[in-house]
Amino acid sequence: MGCGRVGAALATMLEEDGHEVTVLDVQAAAFRRLPAEFKGRRHVGNGIDQEVLARIGVGGADAFIAVTQGDNRNVMATQMARELFGVKRALCRIYDPIREEIYRNLGLETISPTLVGARLLRETLERAPPAGKTGG
Amino acid sequence: MYIIVIGAGKVGYYLAKELLAEGENEVLVIEKDGAKCERIAEELGDIVLRGDGCEAATMSLAGFGRADMVIAVTGDDEDNLVSCQVAKVKFNVPRTVARINNPKNEEIFRRLGIDATISATAAILAHIEQELPTHPLIPLLTLRMGLEIVGLKIPPTAAVVGKRVGELMLPQQSLIALIIDSRGSPNAPTGQTVIQAEDEVVAVTRTENEGALRAALTAPSTSEPFGAAASGQ
Repeated sequence: MGCGRVGAALATMLEEDGHEVTVLDVQAAAFRRLPAEFKGRRHVGNGIDQEVLARIGVGGADAFIAVTQGDNRNVMATQMARELFGVKRALCRIYDPIREEIYRNLGLETISPTLVGARLLRETLERAPPAGKTGG
Repeated sequence: MYIIVIGAGKVGYYLAKELLAEGENEVLVIEKDGAKCERIAEELGDIVLRGDGCEAATMSLAGFGRADMVIAVTGDDEDNLVSCQVAKVKFNVPRTVARINNPKNEEIFRRLGIDATISATAAILAHIEQELPTHPLIPLLTLRMGLEIVGLKIPPTAAVVGKRVGELMLPQQSLIALIIDSRGSPNAPTGQTVIQAEDEVVAVTRTENEGALRAALTAPSTSEPFGAAASGQ
């Protein structure tokens, strides 16, 4: 759910790994981010509408991943996938680290790119710079 | 009571105003939009905090920890859900109420621990359904052996108005079990009970006889001077 940069890249990777992948976005234009060879289904619709989730077959999915720009939309859709459709693996991106912690404690599988990104930047900074690129 | 209202749109504004008018409440409104905050501050006083009602920092500042009730009434169901869930889980707010815009969300909100939901859409739909001239028969409960309990309101134009229950020509295996009159009093009807306009009738019928029962109870009288028969019978 959410065919932004992350969603499109993830869908492509998962399909290359041999999974059957369906992509959902509120805007058809978002599917342009998918490569031409992507074979999975593309659906236009709102992922926090349970009728949309039912229509695209969330009930038969092994995993549901919400990566829209809205933390709250991701949280709501993921909980719907789990509670209403019994999806076993429901992953959710939450930018706000505090909300991420709250929902992790409630049992969602959550990722906060904010913390992950900050840590990566710090680690990169702490490493010695690559040879030949020091100074101007 | 300390009541926190999230969202200062029309619902939030009038809600805060009413809660303040009760006199006993401490009310705080949280709103992202600066112009809406100003309107509240000018008209209702210094009871508004500008910020995101889903953001834990804003929630701490607003004193969610001592709130008796949180009411989330923004136009976005996902925001109302998260505000209420965080209020419950992180701040132990005893009662959370969420406005839902999509009436289908009622169940998921309840399952996720929100104490109460209010759906304007559902309320309006219920009123429209009651006011519709066709007076649909509403299935209430499915019983065994193809029987079901249905509800229906007697339109003022119906031919059965003024008739006794014993005189009615109902389909086979159909039975009027309860009549709620227009004042809201429930009565177990006898053969002598007279049907009145606007009575709510609860009946048992066979599923295949639903249409026939509806016709029997709602069809307009053919001698109706204004030709109420135009409603399709």
